[in-house]
Amino acid sequence: MTALLELKGVTKRFRGLEALSDINLSLKSGEIVGLIGPNGAGKTTLVNVITGVHTADAGSITFNGAPIAHMRRDRIARLGVARTFQVVQPFPAMTVLENVTAAALFGGAAASIAEARDAAAHHLAFCGLTDQAGKPAANLTLAGRKRLELAKSLALRPKLLMLDEVNAGLNPAEVDAALELITRIAAQGATILLIEHLMKVVTRTARRLVVLHHGKLIADGPVASVLSDETVVEAYLGRRYAERMAGAGI
Amino acid sequence: MLRLALPLALPFAIVAVAFVLLSQTDAYIIRLATTFGMYAALALAWNIIGGIAGYPSFATAAFFGLGAYVTAVAQNLGAPLLVGVGLAGAGAALFAGLLGSAILHLRGKYFAIASLVIAEVLRELTNSWTSVTGGGMGINLPLAKTTLLTQPQLYLAAMLFLAAAATSASMLIDRSRLGVALRCIAQNEDAAQIIGVDTRMAKTWAFVISSLFIGLVGGVYASWVTYIDPTDVYDGAMSVKPILMALLGGVGSVFGPVLGAFAYLLLEELLWRNLLEFHAGILGLLVVLLVLFLPGGLSQIRGVGLVSLPKIWRRAP
Repeated sequence: MTALLELKGVTKRFRGLEALSDINLSLKSGEIVGLIGPNGAGKTTLVNVITGVHTADAGSITFNGAPIAHMRRDRIARLGVARTFQVVQPFPAMTVLENVTAAALFGGAAASIAEARDAAAHHLAFCGLTDQAGKPAANLTLAGRKRLELAKSLALRPKLLMLDEVNAGLNPAEVDAALELITRIAAQGATILLIEHLMKVVTRTARRLVVLHHGKLIADGPVASVLSDETVVEAYLGRRYAERMAGAGI
Repeated sequence: MLRLALPLALPFAIVAVAFVLLSQTDAYIIRLATTFGMYAALALAWNIIGGIAGYPSFATAAFFGLGAYVTAVAQNLGAPLLVGVGLAGAGAALFAGLLGSAILHLRGKYFAIASLVIAEVLRELTNSWTSVTGGGMGINLPLAKTTLLTQPQLYLAAMLFLAAAATSASMLIDRSRLGVALRCIAQNEDAAQIIGVDTRMAKTWAFVISSLFIGLVGGVYASWVTYIDPTDVYDGAMSVKPILMALLGGVGSVFGPVLGAFAYLLLEELLWRNLLEFHAGILGLLVVLLVLFLPGGLSQIRGVGLVSLPKIWRRAP
């Protein structure tokens, strides 16, 4: 199968700091890939470069056959690349329904506002937000706003969905609910790049794991083999975690 | 189709009734009503870029003055009034389209400052291009030839018509894709891009439509007063007044600017006339009060009008 997203030699510098260096990464259609790494490893920068928030200084990015490294963000979004933000980004004065309607109207290419509203209602139901539809987005709880981010991303009818720490700041019950939601999204066939700190989430959903460290891709492969990889253990997981994982038979 | 018919027809119907009622009254009332039409059109036009899109433009005087001068020069070259005013609208819209690509990527106060300079530049250009504009001496316009209406009635009709057209445009934008895009931009421009809004295109259209109306109003104004000079039509107050009106009535809402224009005109007539010495001070006081009641500045006041001032007061730190 050909790759949906293909990064070749992608490099991004901020002044002297090389936030991403020579990243080669390829995501196949329908894959769920976990992206882990310590704070400041460049995970969010990688998402920003793919979505056009930052422009890569070198390298090429191809999505669905089209070069997107120098494309405007809104065009990349309309091609079917969606993301959630680590820090949620709602339109605060709009209702939850209006937020998702806007996403369906532009990124989802709905033919009319009425059609976009129908699509939005569907996505809200999918994300369990129907009860909150009439509320201003600013009045949602953090868990609710994370769900709204997801609903907005789904309204773009994404081929590639990048979830940037959708579970950060949630309590364990909320994480379980979010996890269940991610699994259901994955079942619909979108390719998912899951950026996570919580190993529980990554190990339960992703089959493949990619590790970033100091802007370099230090491991890429099946979850179990990456988690026992010597470099990854040194850089990120720590020896004790690796031993516990080995003991649990993962 | 009914959804489109209402916004298209209603403002014009109201204005037609108003015209019939007002056109037979005395000269003072007609003059006041003409000014109201002009203010309402300007406030509505500003609201499209400043309110709905959240880009606080201080360039109203620039497009107003440009429109006035285009009409004046065109009429002096022999063009009929309607052609002159049409060229004023087209000229202002075209200028906004070109200008927009240069300054609409600036956000918040940076955009405000950049837009503030435009009127100054145009005034200097007008001052120095004496052969065409008459320079600092100003320029005269021919009296409009009227048959059915008297002179005052003609300008009353024209200004009220422009106010109605600006209302229609605002209502149509409000319920269109463009309106949704602009509200997204006003609330979170980065998030708007991520959901696929072509923000550059949406902002440029808002700026162009806004400037079209401002240019048309400037053109009618020039013909109405029959003599313009650079300090009059590029006056900075012309940029501030529509913002005050929109603030008074409710920034970002469709009818707020109309209400605000009325409130402002009332203030102007009652206070200015009785406080000739201090009217600039009152204007300043009004700005201070609005800013005090609206902390967080221009970008956070969408959908807030006179009615909800007490609520804002409670929220203020």
